[in-house]
Amino acid sequence: MKYVDEYRDQVQAERLAQAIARITTRPWSIMEMCGGQTHSIVKYGIDELLPTQISLLHGPGCPVCVTPLEMVDKALQIAARPEVIFCSFGDMLRVPGSGGDLFSVKAMGGDVRIVYSPLDALKLARENPLRQVVFFAVGFETTAPANAMAVFQAHTQKIPNFTVLVSHVLVPPAIAALLDAPDNRTQGFLAAGHVCTVMGFEEYFRLADRYHVPIVVTGFEPLDILQGILLCVRQLEAGHAEVENQYARSVQREGNRPAQALMEKVFRVVSRKWRGVGEIPRSGYCLRDEFSAYDAELRFGVADYHIDEDSECISGLVLRGVKRPHECPAFGGRCTPERPLGATMVSGEGTCAAYYRYRRRQNDPRAPQS
Amino acid sequence: MCLAVPGKLLSITGEGESRMGQVSFGGVGKEACLAFVPEVKVGDYVLVHAGFAISVLDEAEAAQTLEYFRQIGELGDLEGKG
Repeated sequence: MKYVDEYRDQVQAERLAQAIARITTRPWSIMEMCGGQTHSIVKYGIDELLPTQISLLHGPGCPVCVTPLEMVDKALQIAARPEVIFCSFGDMLRVPGSGGDLFSVKAMGGDVRIVYSPLDALKLARENPLRQVVFFAVGFETTAPANAMAVFQAHTQKIPNFTVLVSHVLVPPAIAALLDAPDNRTQGFLAAGHVCTVMGFEEYFRLADRYHVPIVVTGFEPLDILQGILLCVRQLEAGHAEVENQYARSVQREGNRPAQALMEKVFRVVSRKWRGVGEIPRSGYCLRDEFSAYDAELRFGVADYHIDEDSECISGLVLRGVKRPHECPAFGGRCTPERPLGATMVSGEGTCAAYYRYRRRQNDPRAPQS
Repeated sequence: MCLAVPGKLLSITGEGESRMGQVSFGGVGKEACLAFVPEVKVGDYVLVHAGFAISVLDEAEAAQTLEYFRQIGELGDLEGKG
């Protein structure tokens, strides 16, 4: 497939890894922000191609993983209502709330459906005017334009039985929160190529400058990631802290302006809780007041529900790159993708699930020393 | 979740927020909303996420990245021989 196969070439991958090894003189810790990149790294064994001085830290960029417990509980409460058709991307269905997950609601007779696009949920609302159709609008900036469009079309096409449960989070505030943490060990970032496809990378110049970290906007195929690491290591070795764009075939500096315009129209920035991390100021979206008629929290009276997280799971430390999955005593034993204790084991893009699927061994020489 | 897949745009229908296209992903066809890529033409490659095209892939930039890989390889070969 064009734009895919040519970025998976094994010989080129080895050459890029050799180029990284040639310029590396010291240990460096680089974090990839996006769960899709984590998945590629672990699946293709990219970290195993690198010199041992390079540690890849896996960041919090999996929206499924960081959706807070109380938002999952709200989804469960709404989905259990008899008048509701609850629509979600497939990977949210097994995320544990405090009393089961969306699959268990479905098993108890709830009408829970997996959709590919929020527009599919809107279509269901048109086709089922006597039911309430709710879409679980989870995601980073990549997904926000799609969800904004579903709300906007519901508004312009006057579809009264459609609402969204919004749990949108934003990447740059999370990078700042990670770098502000006293236990931070990240020295350079691979920024998420698809988030930047939508948002551009203007915002990253301020972060690179303020925290003196190189940030390389990076794609998702193995060669993209290796080139991103090469560019990042080259900056680290030279003491630079600049923003570079490895993924120029998709990402422009200003991002996708029509998408941003619609997001701006439908959403406003608010503080959000991140599962395992806590509240981060101005780190997410909610609907603007003009679109509050499409807010599932208001329609179903769950806006004031709050609950604290279980402290047993270390997913918060894993999400911040402080711990690796196999440093958790529950990893692979009491906690598996079939019976996850926490969010990073649930989603296919969660760090724990990726390690469980592709790499179950315990002794990783690149595990950070504590 | 931020998975986005490149595909070739085969046809366009509608306009504005309802502009839709048929996109081929390695031979498998699927519909995508084109509202966010007003510049797109039939034959272009788009990156599709959750039923929406979020960018038109830039062929010249893609070629430049592949050229970079090739040069890195040559550099390694030269140093290997030296």
